[in-house]
Amino acid sequence: MLARLKSSWSYLAIAALFVALILAPFHWFLGQYTTLMIFIGIYTIVTVGLCLLMGYTGQVSLGQAAFFGMGAYISAILSKTYGVNPWLAMLIAAIMTGAFAYIIGYPIFRLKGNYLAMATLGLGLIMWILFVQLRQFTGGPDGMSDIPYLSIGGFVFNSSFRRYFLVWAFCLAVLIISQNIIRSRTGRALRAIHSSEAAAESVGINVDQFKVKILVLSAVYASLAGSLLVYHMTIVNPQIFDFMASVKLVVMAVIGGLASVWGAIFGAGATRILSDEVLLRFGDWDVVVYGLILVLVMIFMPEGLFVKLKEVFQRLRLRYRQRGIER
Amino acid sequence: MSSAQFVQYIVAGVTSGSIYALVGLGFTIIYAVTKIINFAQGEFVMLGGLLSFTLIHSAGLPLVPALIVSVLIAAAIGAIMYLLAIRPPKKASVVSLIIITIGAAIFIRGVVGQELTKNFVRTPSFSGEQSISFLGAYIDPQALWIIGTMVVVTIILHLFLNYTMVGKALKACAINPVASSMVGVNPKIMALIAFVLAAAIGGIGGVVLAPLTPISYNAGVMLGLKGFVAAAIGGFKSPVAAVFGGLLLGIVESFAVAANWGPFTSGYKDAIALMVLLLILLIRSGKLAEEERAG
Repeated sequence: MLARLKSSWSYLAIAALFVALILAPFHWFLGQYTTLMIFIGIYTIVTVGLCLLMGYTGQVSLGQAAFFGMGAYISAILSKTYGVNPWLAMLIAAIMTGAFAYIIGYPIFRLKGNYLAMATLGLGLIMWILFVQLRQFTGGPDGMSDIPYLSIGGFVFNSSFRRYFLVWAFCLAVLIISQNIIRSRTGRALRAIHSSEAAAESVGINVDQFKVKILVLSAVYASLAGSLLVYHMTIVNPQIFDFMASVKLVVMAVIGGLASVWGAIFGAGATRILSDEVLLRFGDWDVVVYGLILVLVMIFMPEGLFVKLKEVFQRLRLRYRQRGIER
Repeated sequence: MSSAQFVQYIVAGVTSGSIYALVGLGFTIIYAVTKIINFAQGEFVMLGGLLSFTLIHSAGLPLVPALIVSVLIAAAIGAIMYLLAIRPPKKASVVSLIIITIGAAIFIRGVVGQELTKNFVRTPSFSGEQSISFLGAYIDPQALWIIGTMVVVTIILHLFLNYTMVGKALKACAINPVASSMVGVNPKIMALIAFVLAAAIGGIGGVVLAPLTPISYNAGVMLGLKGFVAAAIGGFKSPVAAVFGGLLLGIVESFAVAANWGPFTSGYKDAIALMVLLLILLIRSGKLAEEERAG
């Protein structure tokens, strides 16, 4: 009974989310926040990948901004410098980033825990140095501007209103695909890996292969998000993909709950709203607040804020229902 | 390459290597006692540098008291970090602890950037700017201070760990926390001491580095990474090995930039250390995984 109620509640929540998302960009609803919502959609895509990687394989990535940046820069360079169709550029960027993740996956997953974290941090920084130093391609520290918009036939995504629907179509597709992966054999294998690698291996799960698969998937998500980011802003620069960017992505994943796909929207949303709407009024204190969030969430709710809130909500409902029965 | 140039690059490498060694010492001490990699280790160097600048220029303290107070504050921040962030979570996973130390690192960095300064700062040299001529090379006297400080710190640490009761307790705790707690060594107090020691050594690195190279509030990431490389070359086992790791990295970096060939230009200086990091990690990966399982 409880399980059925729980699932009907979550369907209701998801339906409400869909309606809110469709209505959001109209000016009589949340129109003034369209740009913010676009960024939330883009960062949700990256966060989902990171949630899968961190939550389901128990591996931390402190260099996710590297994949994000690769998607952005490859799309920008191909479509601006070489005149490639933006959609094709986006596809090539995703394939190249995925291939890169595949190549580094096997050697890097020979590491675990602390060392893996350090290695991903190193990779992220190397990629950032390349973005800054490969001036002839990337425009150096100033980056690139005037990147073309995406378009379908004559329909150009040249307004925030149009790009909003584009970004959220991608975002929801990514969320649904991820949800299906979690509920498939792959998802169960990943959870087994998280609980115990040795046990997973003993029942015939190829641990390394699954980890690399998830790394590739998260890299492709990050790359798509990076492409959407440059086709939204039409500029790109290395600051967007520095070490703090990787840390912010981890903050989003941590707030969203490391093992929850829909929590990613919550994590990305809360973090972007916090930095774009609230913290701006307090100058540059955002970094301090991010630091505090990371420490506090990890001390008090290591499974993530979203998961904790869900738990609290369920406990409250249970208590409410019990009271009804007692009467 | 002339012999004068050769000496010049060796000295430059040993100087920056000494700083990496000091950071690496901090990593090694904390890891040995607590099995935690403290991602905030580089921040203590930054703290040492920026605190000494603030104390000298804003508070008007003379050089020596400013340096001592800076190191003491850095050590105190190390203690606070341990007590508030590392100790409270019960049965925290490796990933949670990594995220906690990163959170602490960016918290420290953010507060310093807001409250002290966001500019690159340099403090006055300890003994003048007049460079010393040595075998045809010109050496900044501050470089000698850095190298000397590193040597002295390493010797004191060695004596402390091997000839004092507290030092021996730390070593015992590093070897086996359960067994050592049975003979009256409290692992939590040892962990606190490890954090204070690591923070103080980092702070010392910062105060001697600041007169030679301008540092800013976000210098901690790179310094931390390079210190980690130093400690990783040393295998996180002995402080002396971490020192050699630091010196090796410094010299490799110095000569790679000096070669000025292909990718080895000064813009890529930090990338070289990162490549060394990845190489070391991958070479040692089998051994590191074993240790992680055992620890």
